[in-house]
Amino acid sequence: MDPVFLSRLQFATATMFHFLFVPLTLGITIIIAYMETKYAKTGEEIYLRMTKFWGKLFLINFALGVVTGITLEFQFGTNWSRYSEYVGDVFGSLLAIEASVTFFLESTFIGIWIFGWKKLSAIAHARVMWIIAAAGNFSGIWILTANGFMQHPVGYTIRNGRAELTDFFAVIFNYHSILQIFHMLPSGLLLAAFFIMGISAYHLLKKQHVDLFTRSFKIALPIGLVCSIFVAIVGDFHGVNAAKNQPAKLAAMEAHWETQARAPIVLFAIPDEKQEKNLIEIGSIPRMLSFLGFHDFNAIVTGLKDIPKDERPPVLPVFIGFRTMVGIGTLLILLSLYGWFQRNKLLESPTYLKLMLFSIPLPYIAIEMGWVVAEVGRQPWIVYGVLKTSEAVSPIAGTQVLFSLIGFIVVYSLLGAIGFYLMIKYAKQGPGTEAATN
Amino acid sequence: MLLQSIWFFLWGLLWAIFFMTDGFDFGVGTLYPFIGKSDRDKRVMINSIGPLWDGNEVWLITAGGVTFAAFPQVYATMFSSLYTPLMLILFALIFRGVAFEFRGKIESKGWKKLWDTFIFLGSFLPALLFGVVFANIFQGIPFDGDGIYHGNTLKLLNPYGLLGGILFVLLFLQHGANWLNIKTRGELQQRTIAVSKKIWLILLPAAVIFLIASYFATDLYANYFKNPALFLIILVTVIALFAIRFFIAEQSFFKAWFASALTIVGTTFFGIVGLFPALYPSSMDKSFSLTAFNASSSPLTLKIMLGVVLVFIPFVIGYQAWAYNFFKEPVTQEDLDMDEAY
Ligand code: HDD
Ligand code: HEM
Ligand code: HEM
Repeated sequence: MDPVFLSRLQFATATMFHFLFVPLTLGITIIIAYMETKYAKTGEEIYLRMTKFWGKLFLINFALGVVTGITLEFQFGTNWSRYSEYVGDVFGSLLAIEASVTFFLESTFIGIWIFGWKKLSAIAHARVMWIIAAAGNFSGIWILTANGFMQHPVGYTIRNGRAELTDFFAVIFNYHSILQIFHMLPSGLLLAAFFIMGISAYHLLKKQHVDLFTRSFKIALPIGLVCSIFVAIVGDFHGVNAAKNQPAKLAAMEAHWETQARAPIVLFAIPDEKQEKNLIEIGSIPRMLSFLGFHDFNAIVTGLKDIPKDERPPVLPVFIGFRTMVGIGTLLILLSLYGWFQRNKLLESPTYLKLMLFSIPLPYIAIEMGWVVAEVGRQPWIVYGVLKTSEAVSPIAGTQVLFSLIGFIVVYSLLGAIGFYLMIKYAKQGPGTEAATN
Repeated sequence: MLLQSIWFFLWGLLWAIFFMTDGFDFGVGTLYPFIGKSDRDKRVMINSIGPLWDGNEVWLITAGGVTFAAFPQVYATMFSSLYTPLMLILFALIFRGVAFEFRGKIESKGWKKLWDTFIFLGSFLPALLFGVVFANIFQGIPFDGDGIYHGNTLKLLNPYGLLGGILFVLLFLQHGANWLNIKTRGELQQRTIAVSKKIWLILLPAAVIFLIASYFATDLYANYFKNPALFLIILVTVIALFAIRFFIAEQSFFKAWFASALTIVGTTFFGIVGLFPALYPSSMDKSFSLTAFNASSSPLTLKIMLGVVLVFIPFVIGYQAWAYNFFKEPVTQEDLDMDEAY
């Protein structure tokens, strides 16, 4: 049993599962805080019921986000101890700051929000949700800064046989992290917006609680529209950045084998790593890859063949992941745009509402695929250009990892199934009647 | 040297605060199936810790994170060598966390029973395992100069390790019962008071045996003999232990709870001070031990992190104390009727 392979599988399982819940938390806390503020300011009952309804779904989601996060914090030590020793000086501090600065705020104030309805004034209670939203998004910023260091290490020097911090500000203002932050946090909002629009569409289709869900939909719609466009723009910057700093990742994203100027983009292909070419290629747009990577139709794009074999990432998952993400991203823009023109006649557009209901999973898939691109595309490096994943693993027995991996898969699938079941149950049940909220 | 020593004690302090705060959650969760007779009792119990447990748990994450930041080698060696017990703790905490949220979400006896079991296991197991693990650290862990572990998980269950586990469980039970004395009223409160007295009768001998056993099983006392003023720590802890019983008899439940909090912090520091400067001693060879001086981060990282910790941790303590104060009243029917209550 190879502990490297098993640990990678385990880490991927654990983070990807954590990330089924985190983006909704990041986005929906902001939207709920907005709704609750609206209630506090106008005193309109409907906004209170709205807050409570979305709040309940959020809390189920939150519980799963919290419990799956804890295992991650420790897995760097349990499974990647060589990595932790090597970059702990830089990387550890970012995680520690995340915990001591943001997790405390978030988890303490969530208790106050849940149990403080009667004890706080409406406006104070709404402010608590703003604190939660800010804390959650700030924790995202810190963790992405940590991840950005792994993608594009800066501000360190190799001393005493490890990476030691030399410039904290370089680490914090790492361009790669900043791109990730501006891509990731809006994609959380985007996911939350589609979540809200999808569930609202369900109730609008049934013509129940029409006022509440029309308003919810209309709150989420502009957020979805702006964020879907913004995410795509920053995504383009990500591509340019990869072309410059991680050429192997870009080549894998595009299944691009030969180094060439005026490189075309292929819409669909089946890459074959053994033969170093694509078995099938469908739809090629000339010069497009050069343009996307360098914003210059004539630029030279490095192909996988010019990258040493032991420094190439797995091509297939990165290639498919990227296509799925971009495809969905485009779709989300179209759906939001169409919605914008339908916004005042939602009830008369059942087809659109159905489409929105079935679109709920799309941003989830896009986000998971985005991480596959980022993380698998970084392979075989755990810290790009500095430390290989194979050198990072703990000196532990494969069987140990096998048992914990099975544990993760079994426990997470069970809890995930229950969690989503409960969310669906309460989503369908709808908000309480006016009397019940008082 | 100074910077590293400061970090050593901050490290100890974070673990102590974690045990002090999440400790009563573990205690309540362990007592839960035994004291909670009716569904209402049970709901009172989980809602008594409902607003606080998550914030308390973050002390564990912070203790872990700070170990990573200040002593990366300790973080790496400790958590990889204690792989199995740590995974068990984490899984237990996962179940405890979702159990609170899930339990009341479906109206069915079997469903509630299921999550009741997980609330118990998710509280009892971490209490026990943290005790076992820390007692083993006090004794030294078999790892070599490359940080490779040469023991196995079952060997952690040696007599001193188990004694540590029992002590931790009892400490947390006491602390949890003291919290319930504050947060309940009526018949349930009568029961928790009676239980808090009984636990104390077992806790006292367990603590005494642990202090004596530590003399024979560990080197913890070496630092104390070198610097006898340190015995004050033990003295204060023992006084706090007696104060618990005194204040319960007086019906001063807040004071009793502070006393059990102090007992837990004192017990943790008894070990931490004894370990100094080792954070993670090796039982194979002293020279393999990871200490504050050979396993720390670079001075720059230590300084930055010190700044962060000195600014933010007092702030955290401030708003958490505020939250505790906010929720110090007994759990009422009105609290239970709320839509969001557990
Ligand atoms: C709703 C989610 C979503 C949507 C619609 C998009 N992305 Fe994305 N993408 C993510 C969610 C995401 C992500 C999960 O959040 C990632 C993973 C790492 C990161 O920072 O963001 C990501 C990573 C990521 C990367 C890899 C960055 C790296 O190597 O670290 C690239 C190149 C893109 N994206 C590009 C795009 C483009 C060109 C899009 C055009 C529509 C796009 N993304 C839409
Ligand atoms: C939360 C969203 C994330 C997801 C879904 C995700 C996904 C993945 C995946 C799929 C892998 C496996 C790659 C492979 O083995 O081929 C991986 C590896 C890894 N990622 Fe992430 N990742 C996320 C965020 C992060 C962050 C924020 C960090 C650091 C703070 C991080 C650190 C790592 C490490 C240490 C590995 C293990 C070594 C490796 O296989 O590269 N990940 N991740
Ligand atoms: C792979 C690295 C990661 C680690 C080690 C990690 C760690 C954790 C931990 C320990 C918690 C529980 C906090 C609590 O008890 O309140 C948590 C929750 C959370 N994490 Fe992560 N996390 C990772 C990835 C991410 C990423 C990439 C983001 C955001 C971009 C993120 C955002 C959050 C948020 C918002 C929460 C709050 C609870 C929730 O999910 O609803 N995490 N994480």
